[in-house]
Order: sequence, then C-alpha cells, then structure tokens
Amino acid sequence: MTTSTEAADFSSRDLRPRRRPQERVVLAILQLSALLSVLITVGIVVALLRPALDFFSAVSVVDFLTGTSWSPNLAPVDYGVLPLVAGTFMTTAIALAIAVPLGLGAAMFLSEYAGDRTRRRLKPVLELLAGVPSVVYGFFALQFVTPTVLRDWLGVGVGFTNALAAGIVLGVMIIPTVASLSEDAMSAVPDALRQGSLAMGANRMQTTLRVVVPAAISGISAAVVLGLSRAVGETMIVALASGGRPNLTADPREGMQTMTGYIAQTALGENIVGSVSYNTLFAVGLLLFVITLVINIISIALVRRIREVY
Amino acid sequence: MTTTTVDTAAGITGLAHGRGHEHNVASLVFVGALWFSLAFGILVLVTLIATTAIDGAARFDGDLITNYDSTLFPSSAGLRAALVGTLWLMVTTALLAVPIGVAAAVYLEEFADNTRWYNRLIEVNLQNLAAVPSVIYGMLAVAVAALLGSATTNIVLVGAVALGLLILPVVIISTREAVRAVPREIREGSLALGATPIQTTWRQVLPSAIPGIATGTIIALSRAIGEAAPLLLLGVGTILFTPNGILSGFTAMPVLIFGWTAESQEEYKIAAAAGIIVLMAMVLTLNGLAIYIRNHFQRRW
Repeated sequence: MTTSTEAADFSSRDLRPRRRPQERVVLAILQLSALLSVLITVGIVVALLRPALDFFSAVSVVDFLTGTSWSPNLAPVDYGVLPLVAGTFMTTAIALAIAVPLGLGAAMFLSEYAGDRTRRRLKPVLELLAGVPSVVYGFFALQFVTPTVLRDWLGVGVGFTNALAAGIVLGVMIIPTVASLSEDAMSAVPDALRQGSLAMGANRMQTTLRVVVPAAISGISAAVVLGLSRAVGETMIVALASGGRPNLTADPREGMQTMTGYIAQTALGENIVGSVSYNTLFAVGLLLFVITLVINIISIALVRRIREVY
Repeated sequence: MTTTTVDTAAGITGLAHGRGHEHNVASLVFVGALWFSLAFGILVLVTLIATTAIDGAARFDGDLITNYDSTLFPSSAGLRAALVGTLWLMVTTALLAVPIGVAAAVYLEEFADNTRWYNRLIEVNLQNLAAVPSVIYGMLAVAVAALLGSATTNIVLVGAVALGLLILPVVIISTREAVRAVPREIREGSLALGATPIQTTWRQVLPSAIPGIATGTIIALSRAIGEAAPLLLLGVGTILFTPNGILSGFTAMPVLIFGWTAESQEEYKIAAAAGIIVLMAMVLTLNGLAIYIRNHFQRRW
C-alpha cells in the first residue's frame, strides 16, 4: 500500500526542473570573465597601435626598421631601431647560451636520474629562480657579476654596464622556464621506449640522449622558445645592467641598450604626452609585442604537437 | 661488454635501469654535467642572497622600515612608503584578478564547449597573454586609465589594474588545473542528486579546488610583488607620504629598489641591498606559504 501512496505523492508534485533565471545570469558573468582575456589582447593592440600610428605618420616604417642610428632625443634626431634590436638580440643570445644547456641538463637529471623524492624537493627550489624579482637580478648583475665574476675572477675587460653580465643573469632567470617545460615533455615519454632502449643494452646516458630527448623534442623546443620570449621581454635586468646607450656592436663587453631598456628609460624621462619622442615608446613597444607574439605562437604550436604524439 | 642480466633488485618497478653499463668515462662525465646544471642555479640563488645580504648589512636598522626616501640623507633613506604601497597594491591586485580569473577558469573548464572555435581562440589567447612582456601591461594600463578618465596614472588602482591584468592569465591557467583535478565522480554524484550544474560547481567543485587555486594565486602574486617594469610606465616614483587608499599615489618596493640601484652614491646601493633582502623575504614567504598549502591542504584523489 505504501508504494501506491508514494506514487500518488509524486504525481501530485510538479517534477519539471524549476526555472532558475539567476543561474543564467551567473553563467553570463562567467562567460564575460572568459571573454575579458580576449578583450585584454584587443586592448593591448589598440593601446599600442594608436600612438604608434601617430609616430609612423612622422617617421617612415622603413626608416624605423632599417635605420642604424637611434637617438630620439638628441640632435641629429634618428629613429633607426636596429641598435635596440641588436641589444635585445645580444642579451637574449647570451641568455640562451646559458639557459639552454643548463636548463636541459637540469631537466634531464630531474626526469631521468632523480628519484621521486629528490625531484619533489629540488624542483620547487629551482623554480624559485624564476620567482626572484627581476630588479633583484639587475642589482646582482651590476654589483656582483660585472665587478667580481667578470672582472676579478675571469679577467674580462667589461664596461660598468655591459651586455655580457645582463645576458648571463637573464640566462639564470630563464633556466627554470626551460627546465620545467622540458622536464614535463621528457616525463611524458612512455616508459616502454626507455625499457626498449635499456633492453637493447644501452645505458641511461644513451637512453636519455638517443631515445628520450628525440621523443620529447617538440616539447623541449617549446620550452626553449618560451624561454626566448621571456628573455626578449625582460626589462629590469637589462635596464640596470646592459646600459642606457643604443650601441650597434658585436662586442658583448660593451653596454648595449635593448628595446625594453629603452622603454624603461623613456618612461622615467620627462616626455610630453603625444610628442614624437613620447610616441617612440609605443612604436618600440609594438615591435616588441609583435616579436614576442610570433615567438609565443611558435611555442604554442610546438606544445600542440607533443599532445598529438602521445 | 657482454650482455648483462636484468637487475631486478633496484627500482620500484623492478625493470632494467641501465646502471650496470655506466662505468665508462663518458657516462660518468654526463651525470656530473647534469648534476652541475641543477646545482648551478641553486648556487647562483644562494650567492645572490648571500652577497646582497653582506652588501646591505650596514642598513638593517629601524630607519629602513620607518623612514621615507631621502635625497638629502641617503644613509637613512627608508622603505616606509614603498612597504605600505606594495601592501595596498597586492591586496587590490588580488581583489581584481582573483574573482575574474576564477570565474573565467570555471567557465572554460566546466561550461565551455571546447570544440567551438571561439573557445579555442580564448585558449590560445591565454597562452600568449601569459608570455606577453610585463612592460606592455604598463602601456595597457595607461590606456585603460585614459579610458576611465583618470589623468593621473601613478595611483594604487591603476597600478593594480596593470598587475591584475598581468597575473590574470596565470591565475586562470592554474585555477583550470585545480578544477580539472577534481574527479568526475564528484560532479556526477552531485548532479544525480538533483543539483544544477551551477550548484554543483559552487558547492562541490570549487570548494575541493580551493587549495590548488590558492597555491597558484599566491605564486602569481609573488611574481607581481617584484614587478617594477609596468609601474615605471605609470610614472610611479618616489613619494614622501604613506599611501592610504586605492586612489592614493604610491610607490612600490621594486620601484624604489630600482631607483636606488640606479643612483651613483654608495649609500643608495647599500640601502638597495637592504631593501632587496626585505623584498626577497616577502617573496620567499609567499612561496613558502604556497608550498605549505599545497602540501597540507591539497587533496589527492
């Protein structure tokens, strides 16, 4: 009898889902938050493009991109961005020369040699290197690397500010970026590949270099490319340690201003908003954004590829 | 070398590990090089803290905390305005970035249809934003301030907009990972009991993901606390008063340290070194807190 009364109870109730208009509002808010990230990109492009277009109405794009002299504030005024690009290229190349071997070495150790406990202890310590504020690295490059390491220990005749010290410290900063992503890529290589190699009589070095690294190569390249992007965009280290003078040279012992270094220096100066010299800030900023955008897209595409393989 | 038998004693899996073949010079050098790679970074970190602490030792005094910056007396210049400014800045940044970041992450992880092109666009866009140079965010904040009709850009709110936009992608990415780690069964159980998807997210998924979200957010904030570049674009410099609200002018620890490092007088370098130790203590505390939360509160399913 109980069953029939229960059935009666249910039939008397409306079992259709209740309408919840407030949930639609919540969902719309969530959706808007996600859309905001796209709005940020649009905002960046607009914020950079408007003053940059003002700049390019006064200075031709070709002169800007191919000129070899940059002196926006001193007569004769020149707006050739190549010396700044060369500074960025130099510091970034030195940084990669440091970070790629050391970052990959650390990644290989953590992924292939270290036990679980060692990995869990050491990885956060290594990642702290990426958490050190860049202004602190700048101070370190200026106060310790240049006078003590380069001049006293290694006897290199470097200037007070120089691209070498800035590049080295920049490299240390991006070691965790390179190491962390590469380690993820190497850990994702299926164990069957390693066991196959070991069963053929290879040792761990041969397995790491000839099986694991080739299998993880797109993830490793993505890591290197992301590190490259970080190095290109880093500001405070180069603003402090690489010097404030645009200098088109191949000698890393000299000071070389970078694109970001110029932006920081100009932001500190007293420029009239809307003047050509103020707008250079946005022209250089736009160039920097485009360069890092291209690098980031390459990195994202490379990461996609590893996901497809395994 | 002849073929060797599989050594079953070592390793958790009991499978071959190749260690028996590691007696030649090349592989020993290789292991040494790998060890060095890992040790190098850690060595630099220790050297950095040690040399800076020695440089700044003379200035670990009360003046460093209680005084304002000074052009007349560099040997007693202090961090007071920057310390308070950084606190205001961090709290405002977190209040701006965390709710929006968590909302966006929840949408992308729980509600978005990932086969739609616009949701994939958001995804790629986020990955790119996470690697946009921080100076660019300073330029964006200048434009946002102009849009909101604020003539002055060196106030806490505009600084927080710059840093909030900077860390938003990082907050979204780490929140998504935390939300993704909550097992399906929890959601299905909740839905089976008649909860709506929104109720399920609010009462089951988010509470379970809080430790992961907190860890990611704190690490993002520890990055933001040391950012000077975007703030320079806003014209943040030295001030001689204590910031007291979100519309107040301010200065921040990394900006002041940058200013002192760029001065030629030795007294400022010493003050900068002492300031760096204070800033590093803040960064390390935040990182330690994040690791503590991860180790003690994060659920392993």
